[in-house]
Amino acid sequence: MSQTQLRSTAGGKSDRRRLSKRESLRTLFQVAGILPILLVICILFSILTPSFLTAGNLINVVRQASINIVLAAGMTFVILTGGIDLSVGSILGVTAVVAMLVSLAPAIGWFAVPAALLTGLGLGLVNGALIAYLDLPPFIVTLGSYTGLRGLAYLLAGGTTVINRDINFAWVGNSRIAGIPALVIIALATVIVSWFVLRRTVLGTHIYAVGGNARAARLTGIKVSWVLLFVYGVSGLLSGLAGIMSASRLYSATGMLGQGYELDAIAAVILGGTSFSGGIGTIWGTLLGALIIALLNNGLTLLNVSFFWQLVVKGLVIIIAVTIDRFRTRSAAR
Amino acid sequence: MTTDSIAAASKTPVLEMRDISKSFHGVPALQNVNLVIYPGEVHALMGENGAGKSTLMKILAGAYTADGGAIFIHDRPTHIANPGDARAAGITLIYQELNVAPNLTVAENIYMGRERTKGLLFLERDRMYQDADAILKNLGASFDARTQVSRLSIAEQQQVEIARALKDKSRILVMDEPTAALSDRETERLFDIIRRLREEGIAIIYISHRMEEVYALADRVSVLRDGEYGGSLEKQEISSERLVQMMVGRPLKDFYEAKSAVAGQVRATKPLLRVVNLTDGGKVAPASFQLFAGEVLGLAGLVGAGRTELARLIFGADPKSAGEVYLNGRRIEISTPAVAIDAGIAYVPEDRKDQGLFLEMSSRKNITMNVLGDQAKVGVMNFRRLKQIAADAIDRLGIRLASPTIRAVDLSGGNQQKLLLARWLAIQPKVLLLDEPTRGVDIGAKSEIYHIITQLAAQGVGILMISSELPEIIGMSDRVLVMREGNLVGEVGGATGEAITQENIMAYATGAREVQAV
Repeated sequence: MSQTQLRSTAGGKSDRRRLSKRESLRTLFQVAGILPILLVICILFSILTPSFLTAGNLINVVRQASINIVLAAGMTFVILTGGIDLSVGSILGVTAVVAMLVSLAPAIGWFAVPAALLTGLGLGLVNGALIAYLDLPPFIVTLGSYTGLRGLAYLLAGGTTVINRDINFAWVGNSRIAGIPALVIIALATVIVSWFVLRRTVLGTHIYAVGGNARAARLTGIKVSWVLLFVYGVSGLLSGLAGIMSASRLYSATGMLGQGYELDAIAAVILGGTSFSGGIGTIWGTLLGALIIALLNNGLTLLNVSFFWQLVVKGLVIIIAVTIDRFRTRSAAR
Repeated sequence: MTTDSIAAASKTPVLEMRDISKSFHGVPALQNVNLVIYPGEVHALMGENGAGKSTLMKILAGAYTADGGAIFIHDRPTHIANPGDARAAGITLIYQELNVAPNLTVAENIYMGRERTKGLLFLERDRMYQDADAILKNLGASFDARTQVSRLSIAEQQQVEIARALKDKSRILVMDEPTAALSDRETERLFDIIRRLREEGIAIIYISHRMEEVYALADRVSVLRDGEYGGSLEKQEISSERLVQMMVGRPLKDFYEAKSAVAGQVRATKPLLRVVNLTDGGKVAPASFQLFAGEVLGLAGLVGAGRTELARLIFGADPKSAGEVYLNGRRIEISTPAVAIDAGIAYVPEDRKDQGLFLEMSSRKNITMNVLGDQAKVGVMNFRRLKQIAADAIDRLGIRLASPTIRAVDLSGGNQQKLLLARWLAIQPKVLLLDEPTRGVDIGAKSEIYHIITQLAAQGVGILMISSELPEIIGMSDRVLVMREGNLVGEVGGATGEAITQENIMAYATGAREVQAV
């Protein structure tokens, strides 16, 4: 038991100043998000290696990030509702194999892209239906589909690599429009459409509402099940798109394509400042998060850092970012 | 207080809280509150909801840290920064929500976190059970230390918590509305235990809203009003008039507007809402009543009587097992809240933070959440329209905001409640179900909310108002339905010929009088 007396109320003024300081710090984190960290990484790499800060390399970074950006955009929808989708990498694998198989079928080869997209959407909706209507935990449902769909991808590919040098969607992974890779344009278009849906539509606001307070959302007449079905459907659809992007880039697909991608997508979303408990976050943050991961990969490779050390650095950056997230939500809760 | 000084001359207080202040988000919850407690007394702590009772007790228990002021235990300044400090200082708080682990035995609960061990690792199970049994016997408990807590009634679980306090050798026991979930018999048992503890010199701080309990138990009463110390009374000075005066700070009749004249004119002969034998097969027995346009129908009863459950049933928030709901004579099948909202029924839940607000969202989004689709094109929101709706509502309800973009979490309780009202008024409801509309709201905002309710009724909205504050029910309602243990047991006011008085309502609520309502 100490002798300390509590501070008297005369300290109220300094309290208020500290409060406003904390307030502005919080605002900084929410508005600017992870941008300062991205800039620091860019500056660091451009000092350390001259080949980093060139237009060619930077476009290369975004191209390398493009598939993760698309997956992470879908993941943002899901995490905003307070859920998680572990199955995106597996859906990517299944849809890439489906795209290649359909492209090889003589009569319906043209149908490869729609087939992959519909497969992705369908698998996402199955996840969503189990979560929304049977009230199962998202982690468990998508852990199941993560495993099961990986198996399905191997089965569809027959345990080998499905190759087609003559796909009708080769432009997706290999062409440039005005000097910019189509992959980059698709990724950025995905981000813009996601932004529009999340910020400008009734449904987007309902997604934030469900993640912010599901009970209140229900009592406000929001059809929570429908919203959940939608976000997992979007995540599946975008995984299908990412599957097409991968298959097109490689002119082939195997059962193991997309393995571990779900973790990069989750990392991008969390790095972007989206709260794991839902209700808070932006698609721009996710874009920055995905770019940071790609920058780290690219810069560390240019610096000849070994792959093993790259993993270590990436892991540390994710943990630091989550620490920042915790700091931010705590300051918001007080 | 002169009475304090007389008592202080005779013995030293076991606890003194001096000039305690605490703010949340810049909104003061407590301002320079004083509380003096003597050993061996039952000290009632009274005040309206939101007066700061639980904040003060949470500071004492180390759950909150005060912004200013000092705590003295036996005249020694004591710093309580966490629950461990409070335990070391001999303070135990028994919350309304009991803090027991149902899967463990009574003894394991009593010794939780303070297990008796031999060496560092080995539990002295036999001694723990022996000692626990001794404490239970002393309390007159009818169960033994090996019983699993999940098999005990609420009252018995409460005894487990009291036993834990005794094991910790607590000198100060705080009980927050301990009888809220107890039957009359169990309440009597609890009173016996409290009197026994008092004889052993333990000081009991007893938080309650029920006058009769304060009469029966309290040696002294202290009152909080709007976060400030409202004074103390000795046993012989306690009277309900003085206590109400101290709690409210002004005579009650100034508070509510004359509403009967307005309401009487608008009142139609045909009911707006008719509920027939509505039940969930559990907490709500088949309930039937009518709600007329332009009236405020109070729904009174003790906590846990099934009032909230009935409102949620009407709103479609919980599934019904039988019964019908008619709106304007037309039967509607309400399976989800969305259906109820489409029909023009609105529900403002009792716990605004848990069930109402989107705390991280802007005030504007909170207000417009039900009308986002208004003038929208293919699901794309019309921001101009939404800004207009929010601005109108803020203006109309007098919500005080620096900007509509401020997050709901940063507003005071009163403004938060008004945000919720605004959200529901935006859909222009025919029926408004209000569940504890002024809980945790300061007196100023309270009277503004009353004004809003009165105006809505005057415009022909039918309002069902649940409240645990009798003065509010009495002051606002044209008629009052009373629930007890899941049943609608009575009606006062209106055509019943029974006046809307505290006595009549309580007679039904406690089961002293029983007539089936129409």
